[in-house]
Amino acid sequence: MRVSNVTKAVSLALSVAWIVGCSSPSTLSDEDTSSSTADGSASTYGTGSGNGVNGSGAGGSVDVANLQTVFYFDFDTSSVRNDSIADLEAHAQYLSMNPTAAVRVEGHADERGTREYNMALGERRAKAVERFLAVNGVSAGQVESISYGEEKPAMMGSDDSSLSQNRRVELKYVSR
Amino acid sequence: MVKQLLAGFVLLLSTLTVRAELVVEVTQGVDAPSPVAIVPFDWSGSALSEDVAKIVSDDLGRSGFFKMMPRENMLSTPHERSQVFFRDWRISNNDYIVIGRLIPAANGQITATIELYDVLKEQLVWSETVNGNSSNLRDVAHYIADQVFQQLTGIKGAFSTRIVYVTAEMLGKDKYRYRLQMADSDGARPRTILESKEPILSPTWSKDGSKLAYVSFESTRPSIYVQHLATGQRQRIQSFKGLNGAPAWSPQGDRLALVLSKDGNPEIYVLTLATGQLDRLTRHYGIDTEPTWSPDGESILFTSDRGGMPQIYSLHLPSRDLKRLTFEGKYNSRGRLTQDGRFLTMVHQDSDGFHIAVQDLKSGRVDILTSTGLDESPTIAPNGSIILYATKKGGRGVLAGVSLDGRVRFTMPNTQGDVREPAWSPFLQ
Repeated sequence: MRVSNVTKAVSLALSVAWIVGCSSPSTLSDEDTSSSTADGSASTYGTGSGNGVNGSGAGGSVDVANLQTVFYFDFDTSSVRNDSIADLEAHAQYLSMNPTAAVRVEGHADERGTREYNMALGERRAKAVERFLAVNGVSAGQVESISYGEEKPAMMGSDDSSLSQNRRVELKYVSR
Repeated sequence: MVKQLLAGFVLLLSTLTVRAELVVEVTQGVDAPSPVAIVPFDWSGSALSEDVAKIVSDDLGRSGFFKMMPRENMLSTPHERSQVFFRDWRISNNDYIVIGRLIPAANGQITATIELYDVLKEQLVWSETVNGNSSNLRDVAHYIADQVFQQLTGIKGAFSTRIVYVTAEMLGKDKYRYRLQMADSDGARPRTILESKEPILSPTWSKDGSKLAYVSFESTRPSIYVQHLATGQRQRIQSFKGLNGAPAWSPQGDRLALVLSKDGNPEIYVLTLATGQLDRLTRHYGIDTEPTWSPDGESILFTSDRGGMPQIYSLHLPSRDLKRLTFEGKYNSRGRLTQDGRFLTMVHQDSDGFHIAVQDLKSGRVDILTSTGLDESPTIAPNGSIILYATKKGGRGVLAGVSLDGRVRFTMPNTQGDVREPAWSPFLQ
């Protein structure tokens, strides 16, 4: 069971790597276009932002095929869920085989509880994923973890479904 | 130019909204609030931009100390002592009456003469002549409210103070707009201090009211900034890897307590602003965050989950003695102390959510002040009369107020987007 999972992950990662290798140039330019448009429309405000504030999605993310990039967490926990493991292992494989690739690990919390405490909870989640990647062979220099706490909800709303979608870690590939 | 005009227009709109929607709800009449009538002030010139007497009346009503007489119930509108028939005001059950007149002076100035009378004794309690102009009538009104408040309660009024808060709007997937705003203590005259596509949080005032510290993600990572309010100038003062959060100014103004996770997990540090020296205060694998200073500057209170769940601890700086302060309930966090250091207000979780609670540090008694379920970020008026906090109404973030005894509650109007993280200024010069 365990073996077959790993095999699956490796073969998936290999195919992902291949797909990424082939398609990354066009993907990057797509991303660049869309993010610069977003920046263009937003720069009309930006009081005092100065140095070209970028959205967190900006910077050319790599399309890692069909892999999950958002990983959910149970209430008040920071342990990686079983349903996240296969895809996280695949990301780890890809990163360890592509030492120039880098990823931002963004941790988030739901709105319950105080903001700075949730900032710390979001960091715990991001760090849990960062550790998972490290254990699976990704070097520290390829990963930067950052917490947004409850400040960037995926869903507005206080119902259980919104809350569970906001307790998450997002992996974002960045260009270096 | 167009932008400026537009900004002015928006400001005007939101100012109007604020005044239209402010709802004061006196929940429990434990001790009867003193009934007071603020009679519309006399003015013979062309229409003024503000109704000064109404601002005074709203300020005093929101404090919970007074029951304000509705204007439409007034039998007469005297402007001078000779026009006051005390018997009428006694029959309508008023203890005090405020009358006044605004008179145009040279160079567009306006002179306000205000008199406060004790209705039962038929005596003048206080009178003052205040100078202003048509553009700062709200300042004149808040000043008058402060004086009346102090005359009648013995407590310094805090209506002339300001609040800052953060608004957030979700404009689309992964698109947000965050604003740091400053307004009068009643929510009027909001103006934007900082705007960003990335989160802004944890604004906090320096003790002299001249600067703000806050956390901004504008560089895509959290950094702590200090901004001078008068000039708008600012500095990025802390930007380590990991968390840079929860700044809190020392009462002496020379140091900032803050949270950094550069050494692995969130710990409390103290930064000496002049030298840049950083002292680490906590060493624990749990979460240590949300520092706040005791008024004497000797202790730092903070939230920690070192006991399993978040509770508030106090660290005495000279001795480094650590003491747990909260024991009631499984979640108590983000403490703030009253100026006398006696009462601790915090976010407290019970079976139906997160509420604002206050703990008497002398007796240990805890009172839960709010009944809504997503209340946070309590901030105390500098005179200790009211706690302002963030809550949700109709799915959106709004600011609300509650007196320390829980007797008076009010909701500030929701202007635009989610409003959160109020921080009340100290008394301003």
